[in-house]
Amino acid sequence: MAERIAIVGVGQTHHKSKRPDVTTAEMCAEAVERCLEDAQMSMKDIDNIIMGSFEVADGYYSPDKWIIPELGAVGKSGLEMQNVGTTGGVVAATGFNIAATGLFDAVLCLAWQKMDEAAGAFGRGGGGTNEYWTGQFPMSPITNFARRAYAYMDRSGCTEEHFAMVRVKQDQCAMKNEYAQLKLGLTLEQVMNDALLAWPIRRLHMCPTTAGAAACIVCPEEKAKKVTNKPVWVEDWFTCHQGGSLTMAEDPTSSTLAYASHLVYKRNGITNPPKDIQAWEVYEPASPAELRWIEEVGLCEDYTAWKLFEQNKVGIDKEIPFNPSGGVTATNPIGATPVVRLVEAVLQVRGDAGEHQIPGTINRALATGYGGQGENVIMLLRKTL
Amino acid sequence: MTQNLPEIPDTLVNVDVIGYSNFLVNTGATGTKFLKEIRDNKKIMGIKCPSCGKVYVPPRLHCPTCFARMSEWVKLSGKGSLTSYTVVRYEEPYLPKQPPFAYGIIQMDSADTGMAHFLGEVDLDKIKIGMRLEPVFKEEREGSILDIDYFKPSS
Repeated sequence: MAERIAIVGVGQTHHKSKRPDVTTAEMCAEAVERCLEDAQMSMKDIDNIIMGSFEVADGYYSPDKWIIPELGAVGKSGLEMQNVGTTGGVVAATGFNIAATGLFDAVLCLAWQKMDEAAGAFGRGGGGTNEYWTGQFPMSPITNFARRAYAYMDRSGCTEEHFAMVRVKQDQCAMKNEYAQLKLGLTLEQVMNDALLAWPIRRLHMCPTTAGAAACIVCPEEKAKKVTNKPVWVEDWFTCHQGGSLTMAEDPTSSTLAYASHLVYKRNGITNPPKDIQAWEVYEPASPAELRWIEEVGLCEDYTAWKLFEQNKVGIDKEIPFNPSGGVTATNPIGATPVVRLVEAVLQVRGDAGEHQIPGTINRALATGYGGQGENVIMLLRKTL
Repeated sequence: MTQNLPEIPDTLVNVDVIGYSNFLVNTGATGTKFLKEIRDNKKIMGIKCPSCGKVYVPPRLHCPTCFARMSEWVKLSGKGSLTSYTVVRYEEPYLPKQPPFAYGIIQMDSADTGMAHFLGEVDLDKIKIGMRLEPVFKEEREGSILDIDYFKPSS
């Protein structure tokens, strides 16, 4: 029988486009120091560490060799993982799995990305790093989301202006988040007239390159209750991998998000997502993706999410509190981004999100990680068991 | 178990794929101070843990044992002892020098850690573990660990 598990502490760096003042390891230590402080624990209390980044976008391999010493964590059990954008998601999911064995008291999940050192490498992320059949074409996040966004327009009837509405909402949320990177005070006109990358994707629609790290500490029930009076329970989690040519033929607008989220809903008795879940932190690498993601997680019918933006129903204090942190188009330390989503969801459940706190009680929150062309990690949190 | 394997042709197609671009490495505030001392003053500095007192060369921000932030810099003589070494006699495109050449781990006097570097001005057959070494700095220094050209035997 698996242990019930809870997150007892979270921490993240102030995300920036460049962090020349720290090494990758020092940046990770910054997030870990904040996480330990939040949990009121010390490194001595941690007995397992799960860590990772999207290695290609960092330019290093096996960075655990020098990050673990920087964390004062030599000799502790653990794993290093990497899985492109979902890295933080598989880091967290693995941390949950390990905590649920009850073999360890406190599992530290750490993810990071320092793109100021290797952003050029990620530009080729769809190239040499991918399956040969798609890798030889410019299947970067930009072109992939352009392809998907146009297919979405074609099917839904929405216009470029709706994508701009999404971007402005994302920015309005980020403006209230002290950890967010891009806080631009955008207008619809600015987004509509921004530089075109691959129609209909404009520069402002895409996630930025970010240097940042995020961490959380997961404990089995008994330990969690000793450590904090505000544990956030991890109700369920699920990782789903897909990509390549099969994904492209099926539904060009879609990912595995609908499948993965509804699987988790089903096994936790969630029948009405907009009512049963009060906070959403969903990994949306491009503004147009947010529309389809809102539909895939079950907040409205397929191809209608753009109408919610037209009706001004999405925002921190609105009917659909989707990505109150500002999300991924404001901040994207790729490998760390799913853990940033998780950290933000934990803060929402605890009521500690500050200026971007969703009003009212948050009983359940959903955080996700996204990567490649269709991978998703679902992390479902709960205030009380 | 019987597997229906595809027939393997005499010649298989392999395709060259362009690799990644170059990477920038941020050495951070701590690494930068270390490199600037080498570049500007030909000095090798260590950093001391406020908790356990260990001295790290090259420096780092946190003590690997205590996870304490370190900020106390220690001036070192630059002299040290060779703790281990190897002589490279094979050729590969990525090697930093034309073989044969030697590199080793040097423990600076007053430091608790080892530092990797090349060995020079030495008969490759007469290198000995424990031998005393001192740094030779390049004339033109740009802020790099290679501003130290190599370590040579010290009298």
